[in-house]
Amino acid sequence: MKSGKPEKLIIDGKRLDGRALDELREMEAKVGIISRADGSAMFRFGNSVAVAAVYGPRPMFPKHLQDPEKAIINFRYNMAPFSTEERVKPGTSRRSIEISKVIKEALTEIVCIEEFPRTVIDVYVEMLQSDGSTRCAAINAASLAIADAGVPMKDFISACSVGKVEGHIVLDINGKEDNYGEVDMPVAIVPRGNKIVLLQMDGELSLEEFEKCLELAKKGCMQVYELQKSVIKNKYVKIAEER
Amino acid sequence: MSEIFVNERDVVIPGQTLARGMDILPGYGTYRDGEEIVSKVTGLVKIKERLVSVIPLSGKYMPRPGDGIIGIIEDVQPTFWNVNINSPYVGVLLLGEAVKEYVDVTKTDISKYYDIGEIIYARVLQISRSGIVTLSMNDPKAKKLRGGKLVRITPYKVPRVIGKEGSMIEMIKEKTRCQIIVGQNGVIWIKGGNEALATKAILLIEKESHISGLTEKVAKLLEGDEK
Repeated sequence: MKSGKPEKLIIDGKRLDGRALDELREMEAKVGIISRADGSAMFRFGNSVAVAAVYGPRPMFPKHLQDPEKAIINFRYNMAPFSTEERVKPGTSRRSIEISKVIKEALTEIVCIEEFPRTVIDVYVEMLQSDGSTRCAAINAASLAIADAGVPMKDFISACSVGKVEGHIVLDINGKEDNYGEVDMPVAIVPRGNKIVLLQMDGELSLEEFEKCLELAKKGCMQVYELQKSVIKNKYVKIAEER
Repeated sequence: MSEIFVNERDVVIPGQTLARGMDILPGYGTYRDGEEIVSKVTGLVKIKERLVSVIPLSGKYMPRPGDGIIGIIEDVQPTFWNVNINSPYVGVLLLGEAVKEYVDVTKTDISKYYDIGEIIYARVLQISRSGIVTLSMNDPKAKKLRGGKLVRITPYKVPRVIGKEGSMIEMIKEKTRCQIIVGQNGVIWIKGGNEALATKAILLIEKESHISGLTEKVAKLLEGDEK
């Protein structure tokens, strides 16, 4: 893929990849892909691929970080060096620390951490390919992996991004739209009760535009949720069908 | 009006509404959200009159008093042992619960009773609220397990491996001529006989535990390899 700004991001109401303004990219999800982990999942939004692995609950070390009343979620978001057009320097960066923190706080809302005092639940997410909306793919993969690991949780988290590109409100921002568009706004919701557990915004929106964006994001998240539900259920239905 | 939306043995997922109404009680693996009872794990529904619970299909072992478990000695301290019990918590085996005779800890090294890496079948005495698990060897079944191999499965599938009144495990023992001890924590000890076949049978049960007709399939596997 050649980098550089395309002349126009939206032509005749269609976006660069041929999508309508309120259309998600093609999604794909799988669970149970890492056999050594207690739970694992892959989630893909177009060319953004996230792989999540969950270990635990397991004893927390060092001991002084233990919480005698609840479990601690240790979340790590990491981008593979080969995931973008330009090589990403391996290791933690300011950006990955920030994303890890906000996603960890979102996950803390849904996981029943009070059932496992003095333990840690390790959640590792690797971005194998990145093309916009990576933190949304990371959240979706992480919540699938936690469900796969059998850690009690109140509900899934479903996330997708919305944004403003050349004056239009669009759903599911891809890499080019992120770089050259005006606004990128990732939103994560808990479908039960429509609670928002993550909302960030990069750019400027008027209040009406913001409300329109949020409405669109909720619609997108529900589509993601339907996929998550079917994937986790199908894992067990499939084994039944193979016989 | 209260109603239950799911049937016995349905596969449900976290966040799925199972029932509505205040006269229905949330059991294991569920929680109450306002009027509704919601699942918090992926698992199979179990309905007992007004109690709705979900048996998980995966997850870690949470110790309960009275469980017989298989553990590996991880560390030897002056008066107790730390035992890996395949759980988020470490088991503690106190000297008094392990050895019947009087031991002068100032003169003896207690590793002569149990040493690091040895495997024991023990009973859970109690678990404190903050997750300290005490074990006991003061039980007719408790003993040190010598030799053999260990297989780990999801703890929630142990009842299927054992079967109704031990029917499944007896069948595997008979067909493979193995000594098998099943720990409630999902660790299974196998020794002698056709260990490979017994392992295969147990892993099959783990994979397909939520499907009916399991006994016949396991019987077929055991027969097939004997020829």
